[in-house]
Amino acid sequence: MNIWLIMLVGGLITFGMRYSFIFLFGKFEIPETMRKALHYVPPAVLSAITVPALVYQTNHLDLSLGNTQLLAGIVAILVAWYTKNTLLTILAGMVALLLLQLFIGT
Amino acid sequence: MSEARKTFWDGVRAEFPILIGVFPFGMIYGALALNSGLSKLSSQMMSSIIFAGSAQFVTAQLVHDAAPALVIIFTIAVVNLRHMLYSASLAPYLKDLTSKWKVLLSYLLTDEAYAPSIIEYEKTGIKPFSHWFLLGAGFSLWLTWQVSTALGIFLGAAIPPKWPLDFALPLTFIAMVVPALKTSPMVAAAVSAGLVAVIAYSIPFRLGLILAALTGIVVGTILEGRKSSRGTL
Repeated sequence: MNIWLIMLVGGLITFGMRYSFIFLFGKFEIPETMRKALHYVPPAVLSAITVPALVYQTNHLDLSLGNTQLLAGIVAILVAWYTKNTLLTILAGMVALLLLQLFIGT
Repeated sequence: MSEARKTFWDGVRAEFPILIGVFPFGMIYGALALNSGLSKLSSQMMSSIIFAGSAQFVTAQLVHDAAPALVIIFTIAVVNLRHMLYSASLAPYLKDLTSKWKVLLSYLLTDEAYAPSIIEYEKTGIKPFSHWFLLGAGFSLWLTWQVSTALGIFLGAAIPPKWPLDFALPLTFIAMVVPALKTSPMVAAAVSAGLVAVIAYSIPFRLGLILAALTGIVVGTILEGRKSSRGTL
């Protein structure tokens, strides 16, 4: 399937979800459990994408100190946790990665 | 100035600090999409067809990894599921609008437009022109996203290949997720999803990602239920 079709279908699904309850309002009651569960979608999905990206390097599990991306990722997580500042987090992670690559080398 | 225009600009003003934070994200997306093998045109168009930051980052990454189309589409759906919650939460405030308005505002309904608008609506309740607030917030974000994407695509071609741009993706997600982990069930959802994702990494078609996401959602929901049934905390 080509990228345009992927984008079109993905875009339609995204729009459909945004429109869903605005369209349906008054016709259905959202179950409480579903309301709760939806709150956990962003942390669960984004963590499921991010953690493997840090610990797997070229399809190989690497938990050693030589994995500079993992170490820089941990720095970014700490900065994000304590500052809650998105820009600072990205900057800190990038600087950490560049410094670690300088010292450890990849 | 008419009441509608005034409310529109109130929305833009409320959105403004968010726009400053979103701009670099749009640039990173543009450069990353180009880097992952998408054409300039499709990189740019994705910002108006899908118009959802994290889903666009994920799509770029999955295209880069040559994931099957159905997996990419399913992932977009899962990553954007949260928009149904925004839709449910805003629906009572938009119920009297025409279908045209509902469609337009739904298209513009992102995390960043939702946040200031729901705060405003919960404060003021429904007023005749309150939908213009969401339009102001949503449209200013849309415009910023298109312009920053274009700039990222333009500059992305000039970024030296040695620069670890790939790393911007996990960093962006960390910057988005970690500050939102405000309760222990939230932390547990993120940690369990991350753990399962690592263990299930070798399952084909990236289905490990879906398994991990579902695990995190279930863990978070169950823990929240336990916590509230125990009463305080």
